[in-house]
Amino acid sequence: MIKKRIIPCLDVKDGRVVKGVNFSGLSDVSSPVELAKYYSDNGADELVFYDITASFEGRRLFTDILREVASTIFIPLTVGGGINTTEDFDRVLKCGADKVSVNSGAIKDPDLIRRAAQKYGNQCVVISADIKRVDGKFTVFSKGGRENTGMEAIAWIKKCVELGAGEVVVNSIDTDGVKKGFDIEMLKAVCDAVNVPVIASGGAGCVRDFVDLFNEIPDIDAGLAASVFHFGEIKIPDLKKELHKNDISVRL
Amino acid sequence: MIAIIDYGVGNLFSLVSSFKSIGADAIITSDKDVIRNADRIILPGVGAFSDAAKKLHDSGMDRLVIELAKSGKPIMGICLGMQLLFEKSYEYGEHEGLGLLKGNVVPIEGAVPANLKIPHIGWNALHFRGSSSLFKYIKEGDCVYFVHSFYAADCDESVIATSEYGIELTAAVQNGNVMGCQFHPEKSGAVGLNILRAFCEEN
Repeated sequence: MIKKRIIPCLDVKDGRVVKGVNFSGLSDVSSPVELAKYYSDNGADELVFYDITASFEGRRLFTDILREVASTIFIPLTVGGGINTTEDFDRVLKCGADKVSVNSGAIKDPDLIRRAAQKYGNQCVVISADIKRVDGKFTVFSKGGRENTGMEAIAWIKKCVELGAGEVVVNSIDTDGVKKGFDIEMLKAVCDAVNVPVIASGGAGCVRDFVDLFNEIPDIDAGLAASVFHFGEIKIPDLKKELHKNDISVRL
Repeated sequence: MIAIIDYGVGNLFSLVSSFKSIGADAIITSDKDVIRNADRIILPGVGAFSDAAKKLHDSGMDRLVIELAKSGKPIMGICLGMQLLFEKSYEYGEHEGLGLLKGNVVPIEGAVPANLKIPHIGWNALHFRGSSSLFKYIKEGDCVYFVHSFYAADCDESVIATSEYGIELTAAVQNGNVMGCQFHPEKSGAVGLNILRAFCEEN
């Protein structure tokens, strides 16, 4: 049966990883290539690179870096950040990305999902949604969680999947950074609504949070996190051993 | 030298990089003389079967691949490239493949329990059938990365590995010098590279 995936997410600005990671054995803690290799050698099933650069020059650096990462490590790579057109898809896919994650770009232009899915296949298009409860309703936020779109989240995700998104990343703003566990209620609601892989993001603080995630939502496909991995609070090999011990099927 | 056939489908960057990383000399080419003179051939492919089959046919690459397969040159199809080795595909209609392997490509949907997601995407374990030199550097149960909505069926005689997804899906096939992987060895970490390494030693 398909394995549950563990995915570290790296924010890249001007070709460097933001929040340099302090692992022993890494000579350059903010080199995307070294970090990607470290994670790939230590059990990550996939990597997400998020480009938080705003400038044109920074964007070019990002694609150079991506090309270097993709010629060094051989696990699936997802790329997000600043994806607004099919040309943006093209730019990162040519550098070795396997999947492209869209967020605000799809909110501005939902048809982007359809065009990209038609051109590159559904499996290539990931919809990433930042969701927060507003008056008890799951609501989509754009621009890195700063702007309330007023859209109901489940309906939005369903629409994206109908347009051709092949995978969904659900980032709960409510649990993000709190480190008290994933947003089980929100993730369940999304899993019940769509039949494509769903990736949980936001809230992981310890190994137990991942065990609870996969136990409480058998349909969830992957758990994504950033700082708990980067700061070594959770080591992926230990995490996977613990998941395996709890009868959760992972790639060891 | 390994020739990765370029017939206008898919992104070959990772594939050529993965060969480079194991010290193999691989080039992406649509030059028939280069392909003819290569020691080994990779037939890649992503996207729709009918599109890819048409591009192979229009470029005359289909006849070349069949000729080289019959001459005994090691050939590996990857993902859609593997599916193209079969007789027919029933992906949105009925389409002719290269016919180098017996069997047909059919939808996963309907063949597996309805609660399973389509495409079959992610890491899954390989279960060997018989023994193949392609797996000499990996072991039973090792995981590889899949992304596909169709699979090869009625091909028992060439199956060398399956993966469980409600049913036993065809994961890898071989008939002498003609081989294929449904999964992406170039995205399957060390296990995938070890399969490519073994392919580089096939002759």
